[in-house]
Amino acid sequence: MAHLALIELADDHLILGHRLSEWCGHAPMLEEDLALPNMALDLIGTARTLYDHAATLEDAGRSEDDLAFLRVEREYRNLLLVERPNGDFAQTMLRQLYFAAFMAPFWHAAQDSSDEVVRGVAGKASKEMAYHIRHAGEWVIRLGDGTEESAERMAEAVEELHRFTDELFESSPEAEATETAGVLPSRDRIRAAWDATIAEVFSQAALEVPEVYPQTGGRAGLHGECLGHLLAEMQYLQRAYPGATW
Amino acid sequence: MVAVLDQARAWDAAAAVPDPEVPCVTVADLGILRWVKLRNGVAVAGVSPTYSGCPAVLAIEMAIEAALREAGFDAEIERLLSPPWTTDWITDEGREKLRAYGIAPPVGAAGKGALFSDPVVPCPKCGSTSTEKLSEFGSTACKAQYRCTACAEPFDYFKCI
Ligand SMILES: [Zn+2]
Repeated sequence: MAHLALIELADDHLILGHRLSEWCGHAPMLEEDLALPNMALDLIGTARTLYDHAATLEDAGRSEDDLAFLRVEREYRNLLLVERPNGDFAQTMLRQLYFAAFMAPFWHAAQDSSDEVVRGVAGKASKEMAYHIRHAGEWVIRLGDGTEESAERMAEAVEELHRFTDELFESSPEAEATETAGVLPSRDRIRAAWDATIAEVFSQAALEVPEVYPQTGGRAGLHGECLGHLLAEMQYLQRAYPGATW
Repeated sequence: MVAVLDQARAWDAAAAVPDPEVPCVTVADLGILRWVKLRNGVAVAGVSPTYSGCPAVLAIEMAIEAALREAGFDAEIERLLSPPWTTDWITDEGREKLRAYGIAPPVGAAGKGALFSDPVVPCPKCGSTSTEKLSEFGSTACKAQYRCTACAEPFDYFKCI
């Protein structure tokens, strides 16, 4: 069953990586046009190793490519947060901060995993996620505490995205089983670290943590309409030309 | 004895492979090539990728494999994820080559850093410590962009991870 929890985690990374890659060639400045695809590569690289490991554990003849390109929307188990459209730059940076502020301590804890591949992924990813926090955090502060318009847009981003953050701390039954087995850290135990990072950034960004009605469902395969559009683009080639290779 | 000599020859062949993105240093300088072992007549190279999504990983592995074959070995690559590669593994010689090439080598040891603190990165051209960060990401994930305020030279900084 561990493979299902690993697929959830891989889905988070692949979908967010794909979202970030959509900025390639469209970012507001050259530095960001380099930074965002580089961050996307971190996420997609992590996803690949996790899919590959999940496929090995599943032992059903599926490959990492099958998992990425041949599953439909309802079979994807990613968090709703990561599939949210890029919106403006404020939304993209806030989404990245929310995700990285969770994943950095999660991967840090996962360095003690009972699974060797998870330990390997965790060692790399925890360092990379620390960079993502810095990068996104600096932008959230700059925009939140910036001009009237940037502050307004940042506040709108919080309004739009904060309701998707509760799902970060929920474990599916499959994830819970891996937590008990010591393969993955308990998601619930990451909350204090996440709260602390968000509180620090928000205080410097002059942003308030809002009261929200949490939205969940991604782990059960219940997604927003936006995921279908993303998959249609991402999976197009394998759907149109099944089995195509480079 | 022959095996020991062969192993050393295999290491030399693999270690001379340049990094495709930073060709002034070799895979051994960067600490990406961890070891070369002879297993049942096959030269197996242990390779540790720098970043999860480093697009050069496959190119590096193929280049090492080709170099081993060229030296007359049957070759195989073993990708090592754990322990994760760190800039601490860049050799002193590698650091010197980076500096000579115009890339500031990583400052200090990998590990803890406060949320928003930046290291002092000396300019690889003039050595001044009056430098400023332009961007967290440079042309590749492993580099950040800096500028020297003393000599005005823009330069890449090999990030410490
Ligand atoms: Zn200078």
